[in-house]
Amino acid sequence: MSDFQVMPWIDRVMALWHQLVFLWTDRLVYFLIAVIVLTVCYVRRREHLHAPWRRVAQSASGMVGLALLLAFVAVGLLDSLHFKQPRSVEVLSVLDVVLRPLRAHAEKTYSAPLAIRSYAMETVILPGGGEQRVFPRLIYGGAQLADVERDYTGDITRRIVLGAAAGLLAWGGLVWMFAAVRGEARSEWRRIWRGETTVPWRAIALALLPMALFSGVMVALTGGYHVFGTDKVGQDVLYEALKSIRTALVIGTLTTLLMVPFAIVFGIAAGYFGGWIDDAIQYVYTTLNSIPAVLLIAASILMMQVFIDRHAEWFATEAERADVRLLVLCAILGVTTWTGLCRLLRGETLKLRELDYIQAAHAFGVNTLRILTRHILPNAMHIVLINVVLAFSDLVLAEAVLSYIGVGVDPSMNSFGTMINGARLEMAREPMVWWSLASAFVFMVTLVLAANLFADSVRDAFDPRVRIARPPSAAAFQSHE
Amino acid sequence: MIAYVVRRLLYAVPILIGVNIVTFALFFVVNTPDDMARMQLGIKRVSPAAIESWKHEHGYDKPLFYNRAAAGFGKISDTIFYRKSLRMFVFDFGASDDSRDIGYEIRKRAGPSFAIALPTFMVGLLIYITCALGFALFRATYLDFWGVALCVVAMSISAMFYIIGGQYLIGKLWNLVPISGYAGTAAGALRFLLLPIAIGIIGGFGASARLYRTFFLEEIGKDYVRTARAKGLGEGAVLFRHVLNNAMIPILTTVVVAIPSLFLGSLLTESFFGIPGLGSYTIDAINMQDFSIVRAMVFIGSLLYIAGLVLTDISYTLVDPRVRFS
Repeated sequence: MSDFQVMPWIDRVMALWHQLVFLWTDRLVYFLIAVIVLTVCYVRRREHLHAPWRRVAQSASGMVGLALLLAFVAVGLLDSLHFKQPRSVEVLSVLDVVLRPLRAHAEKTYSAPLAIRSYAMETVILPGGGEQRVFPRLIYGGAQLADVERDYTGDITRRIVLGAAAGLLAWGGLVWMFAAVRGEARSEWRRIWRGETTVPWRAIALALLPMALFSGVMVALTGGYHVFGTDKVGQDVLYEALKSIRTALVIGTLTTLLMVPFAIVFGIAAGYFGGWIDDAIQYVYTTLNSIPAVLLIAASILMMQVFIDRHAEWFATEAERADVRLLVLCAILGVTTWTGLCRLLRGETLKLRELDYIQAAHAFGVNTLRILTRHILPNAMHIVLINVVLAFSDLVLAEAVLSYIGVGVDPSMNSFGTMINGARLEMAREPMVWWSLASAFVFMVTLVLAANLFADSVRDAFDPRVRIARPPSAAAFQSHE
Repeated sequence: MIAYVVRRLLYAVPILIGVNIVTFALFFVVNTPDDMARMQLGIKRVSPAAIESWKHEHGYDKPLFYNRAAAGFGKISDTIFYRKSLRMFVFDFGASDDSRDIGYEIRKRAGPSFAIALPTFMVGLLIYITCALGFALFRATYLDFWGVALCVVAMSISAMFYIIGGQYLIGKLWNLVPISGYAGTAAGALRFLLLPIAIGIIGGFGASARLYRTFFLEEIGKDYVRTARAKGLGEGAVLFRHVLNNAMIPILTTVVVAIPSLFLGSLLTESFFGIPGLGSYTIDAINMQDFSIVRAMVFIGSLLYIAGLVLTDISYTLVDPRVRFS
């Protein structure tokens, strides 16, 4: 192949590359994924690190939580690859492209879930003169129906049945394929359903079923309707909820990513060195702790907003501005949350420091840095891990509260907090506008509940106190052999 | 005992000074008073004269730490640091941007805030501990399992949904209590306070009851409990006389950690229910971007937290004889 033929292709790729926009949070998300992948590779090769994770894999509730979480993460990742179209300042993500029909099909104002008529009355001029107050038809919702009164129920039912069938088929196919990959498909399928597998695949499959049905029905219905209705400016609520997932995930994970290094360094230093270092670090975290978190965040965000407004020229697009504010919010949340982990690590290091093997390392003349990284840190890591997974759901909940107060994410950014904030004033309307709130509720509870279930199983597997209290299971014995 | 309390009180002083320095840095060093004035007056097209007059009006036209122009003690006292930061230690918070005395507002609003936070806290604690003891008593049964499952679901729901749901169900649908508002008299206020208090208690149930249950279970696994059983004590006596007393120590520790979040909780509750307390005052200040009020509230909040720390230390001496006699 000559260069002549290859060049246009390269040009196209390069053009595509230049369209990509890497927001700060995007980069950190990629970095986080790299860290997770590397950790998984590292852990897989070491039996003693692998063993607790195997216990997590055997917990039905934990794996169900993880399956749900991964579904959310998939949406969040699609939403973390941004690009800018030529001759436009709008920054879009891959998710925006996937959800193009949802994003583009904006109505004028509120409409109820699956509605075909607007929420608000309008005055129309009749053909023969005179005026009439009517609920006008929506532009997109149910636009495909020829005769609304006759076809509406049939169309909805048909779509629900078809969507559910497609979801069921996809789910069955997926489980069957999985069984086939594991071995002889028929017998593996049977083993999964009898619950004879070490990893509770049956529970996971059962958790995926409602998700498959839900997604199938959603896809089938969104073709013709606004499944969760539309908001004040006519934006589809399902689209908003899906876009909010990334914000929640970013807050829940990046905050931790930013704060964990500080907590580890300061916590271990305070516990190991003692003396004035300990006093100084303790003083810093007690001081930070004693400022009520929400006020510290409010003050910092207000200050940051002034700063961002003053330097508006630094940010090319609105998306970049909102993104910087999101990152700042993560950093400030990190400042308010690192103290707890720091205190726990300090306590653990105090305990570890007195143990024989550390004393022995001292006696052999191992230098301090090596003792800290090689002997103390790995033995305190379980605390970091437990704390990180437990903190996730708290952070997701905190984001909603802060955005509601007005010191959370940028108002232009989709988040569960902004959804609730926008929806709560509409509760007083008659008839009530409940759908924004309801969808925020459904998505948020599912996400947080999944995170809580997973976090609980991680804690049970890694916390030595819990492990001692429970008799070792047969599987645990097997893994020791 | 007294020496111990005095020592803890003295320990609080440097922390309070630290808080003051942090807030001062945040409010006056990260952004200068000029930025604040510009934001209050609108970002674009503000004349320097307007900024100067706004700063003069609100007392921000002084040097940060050291005033060369003033004479004598005025070199120190006629500065932003002294006026805006050090004066807080004598509870002089100055005036808000709409020229009201912040100290007066805080005194007036502390009552309603207290009327919500205290019952929520006390009744809540009682209910959580009772339920957690119940779970521990019926441990490893269906009651325990479903109780914990309920707790996990309950703690996955944002506090805002409890508030909105409660307001809708009880206030709007059943019309039992007013949705929001407040009355000055005790009898009148009770009507308005019932729902926020109940919702506050329900909202905190999941996390607290489950946490206390683990504390109880941890104690139940210890040697002294086995000894008590070996003596022939019944399950009730073991739980109430031995386990409860010993589990109070970790519970007290977490209760103090919960005090700032209680503040956050009532922040939301007050704003949703329209109760004229400190929480709604803070939220209004944040929305109006009135930094002098936010600064005062940060100081008050930290003061409350530190008071909570000292109180915990004192309560330790009541439940744990080892602290008393050391």
